[in-house]
Amino acid sequence: MKYAALLLAVAACGDNDTCDPTSDTMCRKLSQYEFFADIAKQTPAEGVTPYDIETPLFSDYTTKHRFFALPPGEAATWSDQDAFELPVGTTLIKTFGYGAEKLETRLLIHGADGWHGSSYVYTGDGTDATLAEAGTVISASFTDPSGAAGTNDYVVPNKNQCKNCHAEHDDIVTPLGPKARHLNLGDQLQAMVDHGQLTGAPAADQWPKDPDALDPTTGTLDQRARAFLDINCGHCHNPTGQARTSGLYLDAFETDAAKWGLCKPPVATGRGSGGLAFDIVPGDPDHSIIIYRVSATEPEIKMPELGRNLVDAEAVQLLRDWITAMPGQCN
Amino acid sequence: MRRLAWLLPLLAACGTDDPCSGVTGTCVGVPEGSSAEAVQQALLDVKSGGTVAFGAGTFSLKTGLSLDVDDVTILGAGMDSTILSFANQTDGAQGLYVTALHGFTMHDIAVEDTKGDGVKLLGTAKVRISKTRVEWTKGANETNGSYGIYPVQCSDVLLDANVVKGASDSGVYVGQSDMIEVKNNHVELNVAGIEIENSTHADVHDNTATNNTGGILVFNLPGLEVENGAITRVFHNEIFENNQENFAPAGNIVGLVPAGTGMAILAAHQVEIFDNNIHDHLSVNLGIISYEPVGNDITDASYDEFPTALYIHDNTFTGTSDMPTGQLGALLISALGEVQSSGPYIVPDVAWDGVLDPARLAANGGAYLATDRICIQGNGDADFIDLAWPLADATKPSFDVSAVACTLAALPSVVLQ
Repeated sequence: MKYAALLLAVAACGDNDTCDPTSDTMCRKLSQYEFFADIAKQTPAEGVTPYDIETPLFSDYTTKHRFFALPPGEAATWSDQDAFELPVGTTLIKTFGYGAEKLETRLLIHGADGWHGSSYVYTGDGTDATLAEAGTVISASFTDPSGAAGTNDYVVPNKNQCKNCHAEHDDIVTPLGPKARHLNLGDQLQAMVDHGQLTGAPAADQWPKDPDALDPTTGTLDQRARAFLDINCGHCHNPTGQARTSGLYLDAFETDAAKWGLCKPPVATGRGSGGLAFDIVPGDPDHSIIIYRVSATEPEIKMPELGRNLVDAEAVQLLRDWITAMPGQCN
Repeated sequence: MRRLAWLLPLLAACGTDDPCSGVTGTCVGVPEGSSAEAVQQALLDVKSGGTVAFGAGTFSLKTGLSLDVDDVTILGAGMDSTILSFANQTDGAQGLYVTALHGFTMHDIAVEDTKGDGVKLLGTAKVRISKTRVEWTKGANETNGSYGIYPVQCSDVLLDANVVKGASDSGVYVGQSDMIEVKNNHVELNVAGIEIENSTHADVHDNTATNNTGGILVFNLPGLEVENGAITRVFHNEIFENNQENFAPAGNIVGLVPAGTGMAILAAHQVEIFDNNIHDHLSVNLGIISYEPVGNDITDASYDEFPTALYIHDNTFTGTSDMPTGQLGALLISALGEVQSSGPYIVPDVAWDGVLDPARLAANGGAYLATDRICIQGNGDADFIDLAWPLADATKPSFDVSAVACTLAALPSVVLQ
């Protein structure tokens, strides 16, 4: 009996076991899901649709390839503010890389009991990736937007850490990117409607739209800074998110300036305060805790806490400009 | 050959060194020598209701650990035997971050030298942490992490017989939580030993707080999702010689706590403090303030910045001083200067800023309702000052403890589930 049990354990570690993509048990290899016609080239299989979002989450200057796979014949349902409702059986697929080097592909799967996910890490020639539930660290080289070369101990999150960002509301894991304001880019949303992948959309002139945070031609300074904070911070910093305990709400819908940090004293911030009194001091980025934390790389000081080792220099400049332009003062 | 080699460690794990031996229910063992990845994998593999059992030894971890499974027990071979060391941590704002919605138990294990918080729990109902040590091993240092044991927005919380040393904010910090018992803990060399913040129904008893900047704090702060905490009992604690220099980064509320504070109450409601032995503090044995002396504008209309219904009785206070520190310490000296022509300016055992809520006064003919009062009596020969803040106005500070001689009904004890 014991011998048979051991054999089973060995078999489960093989690469040829079959997978049920809607089960909570993740397949060992990315290829087993058959989302790609060619994993190395990131060519999606039939029924897997690439998509992009206007202002992305900064992830250490990685480039990202995003795809969604809806169950055959089913569609996403429109929401004005929240992520589109995606049917059970949907998978969101996101590959992170530096240039031609692929680092990891994260899957977020809508199972019968809710969303769950994990990451697959590329090895060797990049033709397949292996489940890395416990996460890992990859030493990688990259080039930043200024053309400067750098190296990064890129952190692949563990399975639990999906929840640290994706539990946007009430500790329930949900997708973050597929929201109307983020997806309203070129003819992307219209194509989803035309292909029957999205139902319930209002008339196109009613669709909300993010600016590109780093493109001054797409919005005002305030609109671009808030769009950056929304996608990079708002999934935790909202009234029902994981950073709700801070009282700092950086999602797109917060209208109370004190709640998005204006003259707000820090709470339970520890070393994250940097010796400063307020999250945002109008006109004074050097005395604003938000600037201190987005400019930091120490684990206990940096914001976001997860998924960032490097400083997003372009975004820091955007936020500095935004705060510099604010009138008033704190008492 | 290859397969055989792979099977052997599995069989070896079934020997007597199995950390799971003696554990009932499902158990994932983490024997000495396990890699950081194996430690995290155990926290992923454990099933609801199961146990992760660590062997004796030091486990060196570079990234924060996380647990998201309900009703899990984490245990080790003892707080001095099983050590999760984060001395080489490069990623993660906590040592262990628990996001399980129900049930977390931890005992007989140590967490050392995390970059940020030691053990943080968010939104967990039923927390049982006992005989756990969280320590920054280089002593009081401003580069230490902020919080040792840190349940926030949790309920039904028992923190029992833990040891926390070196937190640059609070050793034991319970925030925005409900139904809390903090007992038998030893907190030392932290900025705040124990802090109960924006929480309801807390019993803090039989703890030892020494060598912190402030021993035990009960605070309510504005701008939070859960605020106006109430019903805290602090009793039968040994609170002495909390004279550690304040090493909190500025900007944090505990950065205001003067070194040498036994207990501090900030805008708290329904607090009963009794049977404590509080002595030998360089600033004050017990300080009570509203949010006014903090000095920040309040942009939060629902926040009640005035402490109410405090009942301080049957404590022993000894050992006062003339060396209060920091912004609030300077306030104490200035107040004494208003009523004494010359020094030494010795701070009384109990100091209250004396700030009263104009709305409560107006609603009741110029005096607080009896149930809202601050009552201080039966504390032996403890002396007292009402600072009559703000200073330098017509109202002078007063040493008259008879002005606060009154009693309040005893608060109910916390009953955990």
